[in-house]
Amino acid sequence: MSDELTDRNAPWRCELRAALPAGERTAIPRAVMPMLPPEERVHNNEEVNMGLTPQQAVLEATRCLDCPAPGCVGGCPVGIDIPSFIKNIQRGDIGGAATVLSRSSALPAVCGRVCPQERQCESRCIYLKMKKEPVAIGYLERYAADTARAEGCMAEPIPHRPLGIKVGVVGSGPAGLSFAGEMAARGFDVTVFEALHEIGGVLKYGIPEFRLPNSVVDSELSRLASMGVRFEKDTVVGKTLSYDDLVNAGFSGIFVASGAGLPRFMGIPGENLNGVYSSNEYLTRINLMGAGRPGSMTPVEKGHRVIVVGGGNTAMDSVRTARRMGAEEAIIVYRRSMEEMPARVEEIHHAQQEGVTFMTLHNPIAYIGDDSGHVRLVLLQKMRLGEPDASGRRSPEPIEGETVEIAADEVIVSVGVSPNPLIPSSINGLEVTRRGTLAVDEHLRTSLPLLYAGGDIVRGGATVILAMGDGRRAAQAMAEAILAEREQP
Amino acid sequence: MFRIVEKSRFSEKVYRIVVEAPRVARARRAGHFVIVRTGAGGERIPLTIADADVQRGTITLIVQAVGASTERICALETGDCFDDVVGPLGRATDIGRRGTVLCCGGGVGVAPLLPIVKAMKEAGNRVVSVIAARNKDLVILEDEVRRWSDELIVMTDDGSYGQKGLVTTGAEEVLQREPVDEAVAIGPAVMMKYVAELTRRYNVPTICSLNTIMVDGTGMCGACRVTVGGKTRFVCVDGPEFDAHQVDFDEMIMRMRAYTTKP
Repeated sequence: MSDELTDRNAPWRCELRAALPAGERTAIPRAVMPMLPPEERVHNNEEVNMGLTPQQAVLEATRCLDCPAPGCVGGCPVGIDIPSFIKNIQRGDIGGAATVLSRSSALPAVCGRVCPQERQCESRCIYLKMKKEPVAIGYLERYAADTARAEGCMAEPIPHRPLGIKVGVVGSGPAGLSFAGEMAARGFDVTVFEALHEIGGVLKYGIPEFRLPNSVVDSELSRLASMGVRFEKDTVVGKTLSYDDLVNAGFSGIFVASGAGLPRFMGIPGENLNGVYSSNEYLTRINLMGAGRPGSMTPVEKGHRVIVVGGGNTAMDSVRTARRMGAEEAIIVYRRSMEEMPARVEEIHHAQQEGVTFMTLHNPIAYIGDDSGHVRLVLLQKMRLGEPDASGRRSPEPIEGETVEIAADEVIVSVGVSPNPLIPSSINGLEVTRRGTLAVDEHLRTSLPLLYAGGDIVRGGATVILAMGDGRRAAQAMAEAILAEREQP
Repeated sequence: MFRIVEKSRFSEKVYRIVVEAPRVARARRAGHFVIVRTGAGGERIPLTIADADVQRGTITLIVQAVGASTERICALETGDCFDDVVGPLGRATDIGRRGTVLCCGGGVGVAPLLPIVKAMKEAGNRVVSVIAARNKDLVILEDEVRRWSDELIVMTDDGSYGQKGLVTTGAEEVLQREPVDEAVAIGPAVMMKYVAELTRRYNVPTICSLNTIMVDGTGMCGACRVTVGGKTRFVCVDGPEFDAHQVDFDEMIMRMRAYTTKP
């Protein structure tokens, strides 16, 4: 789509490029995100990153050189026209910037917060070649989405002529929502089925309030609803409604985005003691069910010394949540070293600022309980890094005979998730991979022609934005397939 | 919304609630459960489906008020609504023609047992049922179970009704006098543990249905995990029914106390 908002040769944009020499622009330092002070935030659930000020945003947008062949766009799984939205911020058209974002992403306010930009768009920024810090694309995305919403200056989506074709979505997480937005924009009649009592999937039950407030998710959801997307909660496809029920109800296509729900455990002694949680359970109790907040009837333990096992973003979310729930000591136990840690650098920094301790090159091998069956000790194996494995990461190996025991009254196991077996086991003829994920072709189509799939049920545990990219690709493929079939005589 | 169309009281703390949930009513089979939630800040509570009426679009739940959340559920009246009823969850009971099936129910465990008694009878089995309660007032669904059983033995701990003794006393009486091909035990964990120990001695394959703590009920959280045959299994998606001879009941009993021993 080329128009005034996105045309690089539009007069306004040429003027912006000419207004300040590149040398002066590259001399501007990267914006620093305003944050709640650590000592304050560990006592509340407020969002840590407060968002750029308007002055910061315009200055940061000025840094962007508006490259003729921008590398950043290629680094974005949904292909956002990054220079165009940034230049709209620079000229003060925040509504325009948000409109550009909405053409590629159903959830810009979410992505601006939780995407690993440092590995995607920002990793391809021209500034890195100049040995300078990349343009803060994620901060700017969040700024545009939040500001446009707060000021109500975002163009309303132009409704497509309704096609009268029903499509269904299983799961209301990032993949499902991205798919729903794309299909609604094309004029399809979209219904999203969600098993839980809240819409949003991992954005609600998984990612904590201090990193992604529910109000941000809710406003993205209301935008989808205003585009005609229907949401049905308390509906487990494969249980409440079967695949045949959906086909009989006239759904022409179904996108399965049921996520990677099943938490993995390590299979070590004592793992079923009380006080040992999966990160999914711990975060769901607190984020979705409100455990610990007044009025919530869902309980959760509040450990004094909490061990979180794992080094991913979910481990960081869990350990930082534990601090906020009052843990005096919150410790990450990770079997490799800091360098291999898969969590975003920002999350690791935030955790460190909040007083989280890191025990790297340690791996739990047993949990020891008290008389009532509650965990009280963790037995850790000391590890060292061996030769790089097939993936290039140096694989951890135990140092024989070197173990250490540490006291802990709560343990949160965050070592990954497996695909949720609910859909694969309840739909006949659906091909599954050895890992339990759904098998799909290059168009994200499963072995059943009406069924497409994406996100973690296909990937087995990835990021919000990769799931959203799948939703977008599946929408395109399904829309083309359905419309092509309709055109046949 | 999930409107309550009927509510009756079985005993001091046990209620029968019939609720509109047409999709669940249509899809459910014996052994399935639902998760319900009610009121602001409400907890997600798993409840086994005792019966369903596809025409009316209703399911029947038997609820015992044992804590704050179940008390809130039991305070609902006809015409009130649950905020959420989701299901049917879990795997349905494997029903088949076995020969003679011994169905043992303890306390409110008789409610989830009833659809299995009925389905086993309809599959052509001889069904002998033993239902037990602490006293006469706590015996539930006696007529319904009797209707679908070839024989019914009622046990009470205090002897105020039926025979005096535990469910295992009645069950052993049956095991001693006739060959049994399969047993089903549903009730408090400790009752299922003792039924399993009994039937193991008689080499009778035994199914139990576990009512562990759950949050989402769809495999997502692992709160419901139990050890079965040395492996960790999730009650919500791998169960709720398991081979009773393989279940680590002591661990299960310990895990069910997770939020009672520590505030």
